[in-house]
Amino acid sequence: MNDNILFLLLIFLVICAIAVSFSKNLLNSVIIFMSYSTVMAIIWILLESPDLAITEAAVGAGITSVLFFVTLKKIKTIDEMVSKKGTALPGSEPVAGKEESSNE
Amino acid sequence: MSKLRSQKDYEKTSAFRFWQWLSGEKDPYIGNMEMKEQEVFQESPIVVKEREIDHIKLHNKIYDIDHNKELKLFRIFYRISAVLLCGVIMAALIICVSYLPETGNPNNPTVNEVAERYVEKGTAETGVINTVTGMILNYRGFDTFGETCVLFIASSCVMILLMVSEEKLKTLPKNLEPKDDKILQYVARIIVPVLMIFGFYVIVNGHLSPGGGFSGGAIIGSGLILYSSAFGGEKIRKFFNENVYKCIKITALIFYGCVMTYYFYTGANGLTNIFPLGTPGNIVSAGMIFYINLFVGLEVACTVYSFYALFKRGGL
Repeated sequence: MNDNILFLLLIFLVICAIAVSFSKNLLNSVIIFMSYSTVMAIIWILLESPDLAITEAAVGAGITSVLFFVTLKKIKTIDEMVSKKGTALPGSEPVAGKEESSNE
Repeated sequence: MSKLRSQKDYEKTSAFRFWQWLSGEKDPYIGNMEMKEQEVFQESPIVVKEREIDHIKLHNKIYDIDHNKELKLFRIFYRISAVLLCGVIMAALIICVSYLPETGNPNNPTVNEVAERYVEKGTAETGVINTVTGMILNYRGFDTFGETCVLFIASSCVMILLMVSEEKLKTLPKNLEPKDDKILQYVARIIVPVLMIFGFYVIVNGHLSPGGGFSGGAIIGSGLILYSSAFGGEKIRKFFNENVYKCIKITALIFYGCVMTYYFYTGANGLTNIFPLGTPGNIVSAGMIFYINLFVGLEVACTVYSFYALFKRGGL
């Protein structure tokens, strides 16, 4: 039973690792990377090493992704995505999206 | 009551002149001495051209690339020796690898003796219950000291690259400070104290339960990150500014080095150290591991938060 769960999680891990590099949206790849770290933490617990699990959950899933988010915000990738979505939605006007991106 | 002197009367006195001279408001030499302004030295363009031509002539004479046989020989020798050196190093490494014990062999010394000693004598020798902490902070304390130094150097490098001046930090553009998000602030008010206490628990219980300095420090650092992303830099600077950061970071590293040096010195000379092992299971036990966990935790927490703050706004 335990081995089956481990096998499933390992397959998920490989899929995550491939998806990170093939995702075109940078925000999506960071979020997939977060899920990779969370699954990795669960695998560490199943392999009976809780020390590593705590560190993986805190550093891999928490701080690394926060640093990635801050960097994406700083190079204005996230804002561009939001404004692009704003233009694609039927309710919002394209001018408003552009103004937002210029303000922020 | 004494009579109040007017400013003009006071300026005539010698005491006023003396204080003026002492505080350097008036230079006694300016206007009283003959002075001449310095002229900027300028070379004539002919001299500059001559010097450049001389330089090129000398350069061609020394590095006569086309007709220099020694240089040609040296270049051939250099290329051949580089290839030879690479080959020799590769061969030496491959020969070394072939002498290593086989991977996965159950009779390897690394599998047997070291792990056995950690498991059997770990609690008796270091006084820890969580053997992993005893391993990384006691048997391999020097490695962990190197890791802590790496953290210190990493955050120093980030500071060198991304730090802005204090005046610029106080007048930040609005997109770098968080929006006044009520939900986030309310959640942070509840979660941040819990995170801090949990991180401190993980650090202090490092020798009893899973965890230790690195993971506990990361938890405290993420608590600080949550606080600063909810309330902004103004509020967190009230209790965690650059001076506090510098004090904590440098003190933790220095104390870690001192404790480690003392421990090695007493251990190598067979002396008894002042850190008692205590009864395994108590909070204050396991000799120096308790203190080193604290120092490592402070160091990691500061590093993690400083990374976030420097990435976000370029200053703590």
